[in-house]
Amino acid sequence: MAIFAVALGALLQFSVLEFVPGSLRTGGLTLANFRGVLAAHYLRVIAETIVLSALTTVFTLLASYPVAYALARAPSRRLRSLILILTLAPFFTGAIVRTYAWMLVLGHSFIRWPVKLLFEPSGVLIGLVHFSMPTMILILAAAISHVDATYERAAASLGARPARVFLRVTLPLSWPGIASGSLVVFAWTFSAFATPELLGGGRVKMIANVVKDLALDAFNWPGSAAFAAVALVLTFALLGGVSRWLTRTA
Amino acid sequence: MLGRAVVAALLGFMTLPSLIVLVASFNPTEIMAFPPSGLSVRWYVNALTYPQFQRAAVNSLLVTAASALLALPLGTAAALALVRGRVRWNALWTAVLLSPLVIPGVAAGLGFLILAASLGVLTSRVVLIVAHVALVLPFVVRSVAVSVANLDVALDRAAASLGASPWRVFRRVTLPLLRPGLFAALLFALIVSVNEFVVSLFISTRVTEILPVAMFTYVVNYTDPTMAAVSVLFIAATFAVVMAADRALNLSRVFQIEEH
Repeated sequence: MAIFAVALGALLQFSVLEFVPGSLRTGGLTLANFRGVLAAHYLRVIAETIVLSALTTVFTLLASYPVAYALARAPSRRLRSLILILTLAPFFTGAIVRTYAWMLVLGHSFIRWPVKLLFEPSGVLIGLVHFSMPTMILILAAAISHVDATYERAAASLGARPARVFLRVTLPLSWPGIASGSLVVFAWTFSAFATPELLGGGRVKMIANVVKDLALDAFNWPGSAAFAAVALVLTFALLGGVSRWLTRTA
Repeated sequence: MLGRAVVAALLGFMTLPSLIVLVASFNPTEIMAFPPSGLSVRWYVNALTYPQFQRAAVNSLLVTAASALLALPLGTAAALALVRGRVRWNALWTAVLLSPLVIPGVAAGLGFLILAASLGVLTSRVVLIVAHVALVLPFVVRSVAVSVANLDVALDRAAASLGASPWRVFRRVTLPLLRPGLFAALLFALIVSVNEFVVSLFISTRVTEILPVAMFTYVVNYTDPTMAAVSVLFIAATFAVVMAADRALNLSRVFQIEEH
């Protein structure tokens, strides 16, 4: 862990060193790297990252809740195992395999999509939602399974229709899971790399892709470090802000 | 009924990519067509004989095995200290140990890259192993800590009061009782390490790169279905591990989904 801290320290140190083009050596202290991050096209990347992360969180939540509910309330152990394994398998297959699979699905060779999806923000969004679903399902299912089913039965026996039972009983009681699931998904998506890199095809870029371009293609380590440092600070600020907002509304 | 259809559709959405990859991997032609014009295993042959994949697979095995074997004892010691011992700044240590979970992969990767370059060890596998240990440690600490928290301290005290030395208590009482947690921790460590990509991309060379990095490079440069064949092999291996783990561990319990 000390090494981890030292590595992050080295990152922060490089973010304030001058970039000498064509060389890995660095010059003196400067804030130019951070001014570079504020360039218009980089600010647009940051804004796009925030929008994509927010959309991913919302869609992941909507798509995961029914599956999580089915998992938590599965009538038999076999059905529960089946849903759990289908949920976990993509979780364990790794970013590259899953993203490659989506390249095939979103490309035009298998399914004739009416609109272009691959290398477009919509395609990246689909990939990101798929990527986040297992995590969200597991967190939600744990929360829903802690909601005592007798409350639901009580509400139903008093005449509440299923939709009303869900909206007034199950949903509010599973709020902690919704809050922590959204937080985790938002933070993960915010630093997503493989999905936008491959499904965005260089046309859709998120913060992590710019960090990699600067570091590994342009060899501008100081500039890249400044960008990574900004991402780090933004992640913690957003996590702090969102978690405070969630605990206050809970 | 509608509810069931929705759940089935969503589960279908989750498994759709894997199915498409499976179909593509047996496609006989280089340009993928659906429905395929026949069955062929040429992409599997291609995948298994591609030298860079072979080298990367060996690297993956080495890095994953080494980092899991290092992270397990380190994480267990940390979990025992955090849950049992009266460590000063307990909350701070917990936050530090779990921090790799929230720090963006590119930030950690670039940090390791700069550090390794300044130490002049960039071409060594040791860099990858050290980074992987740091990345899997949070998962190990968390799963072992849950087991430690459920452990009855009275059992340790009973063994000690009957004359067992502290080491003997640890070997004969604490460790066997922690076994489920340790097993889950090992599973997490292996899966996280074998799939780790972003940090590894920054700190590996053509010689030391692990399988996900080699796969990424392949996808960026080639479009033939060799990658689909590799993916199928990868998914099959993972699926087997998850099924075995579900049998051995009852995953519902690991993920704290209660039975009613």
